[in-house]
Amino acid sequence: MLEIIQDYWLTFLIGQYPNGPLGGLAMTLIVAVLSILMSFPIAIGLAVARSSTWRWLRLASACVVNFVRGIPLLMLIFWCYFVIPIMTGYAVSGFWTLVCALTIYEASYLSEVIRAGIASIPKGQTEAARSLGGSYMLTVRSVVLPQALFNVLPGITSQFISTIKETSLGYVIAVNELTFAANQINNQLLTQPLQVFTILAVIYFLLCFLLSRGLSAIETSIRRKRGLL
Amino acid sequence: MTAAIVSLDHVNKWYGPHHVLQDVSLEIGKGEVVVICGPSGSGKSTLIRTINALEPIRDGKLLLNGVDVHGKGTDLNKLRQSVGFVFQQFNLFPHMSVLDNVTFAPIRIQKRPRAEAEALARELLAKVGLAEKADSFPGFLSGGQQQRVAIARALALQPPVILFDEPTSALDPEMVGEVLQVMKSLARDGMTMVCVTHEMGFAREVGDRIVFMDQGRIVVDTTPELFFDAPDHPRIKRFLSDVKGEH
Ligand SMILES: Nc1ncnc2c1ncn2[C@@H]1O[C@H](COP(=O)(O)OP(=O)(O)O)[C@@H](O)[C@H]1O
Ligand SMILES: [Mg+2]
Repeated sequence: MLEIIQDYWLTFLIGQYPNGPLGGLAMTLIVAVLSILMSFPIAIGLAVARSSTWRWLRLASACVVNFVRGIPLLMLIFWCYFVIPIMTGYAVSGFWTLVCALTIYEASYLSEVIRAGIASIPKGQTEAARSLGGSYMLTVRSVVLPQALFNVLPGITSQFISTIKETSLGYVIAVNELTFAANQINNQLLTQPLQVFTILAVIYFLLCFLLSRGLSAIETSIRRKRGLL
Repeated sequence: MTAAIVSLDHVNKWYGPHHVLQDVSLEIGKGEVVVICGPSGSGKSTLIRTINALEPIRDGKLLLNGVDVHGKGTDLNKLRQSVGFVFQQFNLFPHMSVLDNVTFAPIRIQKRPRAEAEALARELLAKVGLAEKADSFPGFLSGGQQQRVAIARALALQPPVILFDEPTSALDPEMVGEVLQVMKSLARDGMTMVCVTHEMGFAREVGDRIVFMDQGRIVVDTTPELFFDAPDHPRIKRFLSDVKGEH
């Protein structure tokens, strides 16, 4: 196994780059970070809409969320793969197909986590901000959301971790990411699939574990600073 | 009486079938300290929450500085900047420092320069005896300290009138005094105050008027002297003996 790492660590990290396209862990990270960055604001928007006092806005956002949550991610990826080119008229790369599918999928799950966070904020917080003359939007932005997002940070972390792992589904539409790289290595070695895929698992695990520990350390330090421990 | 800062004219409010404010009329003049008391569920909170439109009303008229609070075209965000509100549960923003809590309204709502807002905030914090806590977070403060910060926050927009909804009811007994002290000093500075409270010592000492409510009605609106020394209503007598029993 050490030998495989010695021979192929660069492939695991960056795929064929610079002799071929960028891939491996680097591409997995790029897809994950892009998907998270894009899904986060959408999720906040959906969560705020679902917590709104406007009925039609609540209903519309609930429809979107429930629809997306009701289909398997793999279907969504295939669907984006075939539908986005038809809708936009452009051939879209596997990379963007994956990012789009993950963004849509994660936004709907993440919005449920955030919605729970919003619901957990006591009514007195909103009333305090409104009683000072704050608008609805200011209250949501400066009083409700910062507390809500912080309160559900563990749930948000889980969704980020899911996103990282789900990038591996890019394999089915030939996105050159970590799983794809592992498979290429496996095809070259032919005889050691167990070792190759163990290394792959360990890399995913370390990535997710470090992210979760990092975010939880940040959370603890903020709690300590605010006297909430 | 000088021109009223707050004036309620036959205000009615229902919660479903429940008539919680029944034909309430009340005038509060500049500089007056009005104490509202009455048994639990009599509509005290509902009453003062209609004054800054945290609660809507069914009918009647409610004027604040001459503005029709529940009128159709009223800019509530603007109106609420001219009336402070102090909650039973403090409701400080736990994710902001004490200073940021107090400067929230001046900076984020009125867009005043930070330096100016912070100078005023520090002045207010000194006034409530918490100058040294400016950079602390609410989570590190006792209930009494939090409530004093909440009063400073309510004063940050320098409103002409401030409403208190049982500001000491959520406090441990040993912290009630420090909050009442701040409220008394405000009263002495000539602030117009409407206080829902069961602190009868406070009512007697600084109250100009006592309004007694029962079952959504104002039963008595009188001076502290008459209220305490010659309660002429059986409901008040019972209330006063109940309140004494609490202590
Ligand atoms: N949001 C609400 N929905 C329905 N009924 C309410 C609500 N808030 C208060 N009430 C009822 O209105 C009455 C007056 O309540 P409140 O003003 O809180 O009384 P107080 O502050 O004097 O204890 C009570 O009977 C209470 O149960
Ligand atoms: Mg009450």
